[in-house]
Amino acid sequence: MAQFAWEEISIEVDEDGFMQEPDEWSERVALALASTEGVSELTDEHWKLVNYLREYYQKFGIAPMIRKLCKETGFPLKKVYELFPSGPAKGACKVAGLAKPTGCV
Amino acid sequence: MSDETPKPEALVKVDYKPPRKGWMDTKPDISRGNINWAAIPKSVEYLGLPYPRKWSPTDDDWQLPENWKEIILEGLRERLSKYRSLQLFMDICVRCGACADKCHFYIGSGDPKNMPVLRAELLRAVYRKEFTLAGKIMGKIAGGRELTIDVIKEWYYYFFQCTECRRCSVFCPYGIDTAEITMIGRELLSLIGIGIDWIVTPVANCFRTGNHLGVQPHGFQDSIDFAVDDLKDIIGFKVDAPVNKKGAEVLFIVPSADYFGDPHYFGLLGYMMLFHEIGLDYTFSAYASEGGNFGLFHSHEMMKILNAKIYHEAERLGVKWILGGECGHMWRVLNQYMDTMNGPADFLEVPVSPMTGTRFENTRTTKMVHITEFTSDLIKNNKLKLDKSRNDHWRITFHDSCNPARAMGILEEPRYIIRNVAENFFEMPENTIREETFCCGGGAGLGTDENLEMRMRGGLPRANAVKYVHDKYGVNVLTCMCAIDKAVLPTLMEYWVPGVEVGSIHELVGNALIMKGEKERIVDLRNEPLPGKEAVKDV
Repeated sequence: MAQFAWEEISIEVDEDGFMQEPDEWSERVALALASTEGVSELTDEHWKLVNYLREYYQKFGIAPMIRKLCKETGFPLKKVYELFPSGPAKGACKVAGLAKPTGCV
Repeated sequence: MSDETPKPEALVKVDYKPPRKGWMDTKPDISRGNINWAAIPKSVEYLGLPYPRKWSPTDDDWQLPENWKEIILEGLRERLSKYRSLQLFMDICVRCGACADKCHFYIGSGDPKNMPVLRAELLRAVYRKEFTLAGKIMGKIAGGRELTIDVIKEWYYYFFQCTECRRCSVFCPYGIDTAEITMIGRELLSLIGIGIDWIVTPVANCFRTGNHLGVQPHGFQDSIDFAVDDLKDIIGFKVDAPVNKKGAEVLFIVPSADYFGDPHYFGLLGYMMLFHEIGLDYTFSAYASEGGNFGLFHSHEMMKILNAKIYHEAERLGVKWILGGECGHMWRVLNQYMDTMNGPADFLEVPVSPMTGTRFENTRTTKMVHITEFTSDLIKNNKLKLDKSRNDHWRITFHDSCNPARAMGILEEPRYIIRNVAENFFEMPENTIREETFCCGGGAGLGTDENLEMRMRGGLPRANAVKYVHDKYGVNVLTCMCAIDKAVLPTLMEYWVPGVEVGSIHELVGNALIMKGEKERIVDLRNEPLPGKEAVKDV
């Protein structure tokens, strides 16, 4: 557990850099977290994915099924990896401020 | 994959030369790659477990309670009197060495303390020092060891470097179950506030929402609804998929990853197609929405509570019996502990397949049937129309998941199903399958990113056997029936045997199943074109 600082942003993150208080998420926080994922700029496609994850999270309190994410954003899994190299759970979810999924995943 | 993980060419050079110093004087390398992060205080508190605090195994000071030693020794004393098996396992080992080279973590790491005999010795030496006359008097000469903080750190390192797969116990002439020693080691550590997050947080989630992921009931329903719609695009109509239906004949339990992750999800589609086609009167539950039992990786107490939920729900819904999906550890708990922990489930009926009339006598006390027992019985009785050619794009091998194989002897059923739904099936070498199967390297709660190097090491024997059939027969899919396998084997394949996918038994069943009223099937359950239909899919 550590404090992560980027420009004016300072948030608590776990060892893998996932934020601990999802309520503190903002678009600036997303930019800050993206910088840890080797994503220097968030394009419209990145935002489409991040916004979808945020909306789903606000409704269900968790990340969506990977299949659902792909189908509803229209991005094949390969594209998701292009946008966020560590993938949907570890990359996209981290930037969207979601907790890391746990269990047999 | 983390940049810090060594490349396969480097990792494969395992050094089996023992360290120069004796084992009691060699300290483990507690660093990222070989360990799992500590449980977060929020989850520890949620479960009412002792000593919630922020700490890291890489810290020098683990902030243990002052009387930690007393707590551990009292905990060990209590367990020695409670579990006769533990007392026996502490006394009976003759150090014959039969287990030494059977552990996947030893084979992949060369670390002598990953020999099951030495892993158990970590506990046994303390037992000898504190609980046997010879050890009390003669100490080290009698194989005794003083319990210190460094010993606790070693316990943490090696008891969370055992996947409780029980391959070693197959070879032990006395039948010592090293997994049970690891389980006790982990329980003792938990008493002084040492646990790993990948276990404690899923258990906390399971207490809160009924599953390890933390999916709430409306989310569960949403995922099932999505699967029904997704399937409609493939087969042309909506299947029935009831949730929380009171009075259904059968309660169906899946691991939560089946309705969350890839490639698990394709197996979920397969089950749903099968049940619709045969007209099974079943229901999912949004409360008993987890087959897996991470309690098994934590303590007997947690295991019991998580297992009980399945039976409470069966009683509430008024079903006759329970069917369980492609889950691994659920079956160990079901087959080896459920009866005496929460059973026998006398309020349920001995399961009888409504389609074939087969009575599953083997489940007469647990009332819970494994999906491959159920499906193979349907095939045996000619209840399914199957088109094997729809799996012609796969060249298949099968990984026996440790727990269905070793803890309940499900060896033939999955093979019988695969041979009936596909043409191209190739077995891995015989000392790597069935009861001698090699673990995926990420079971028992160790499937984390921070443990990646050790996972790749532990998974090496399994991957090596896959590589053999990949090179020899062109195998391109590794099927299995455990959600942890499906989560960790894709990474293992990408690392050691690129070009091999991971799939479910019921994904293959779903591909082959000819359904009444289905539209022309153009794609498989992954939405990839079926063999010979590539041109149609592109139109």
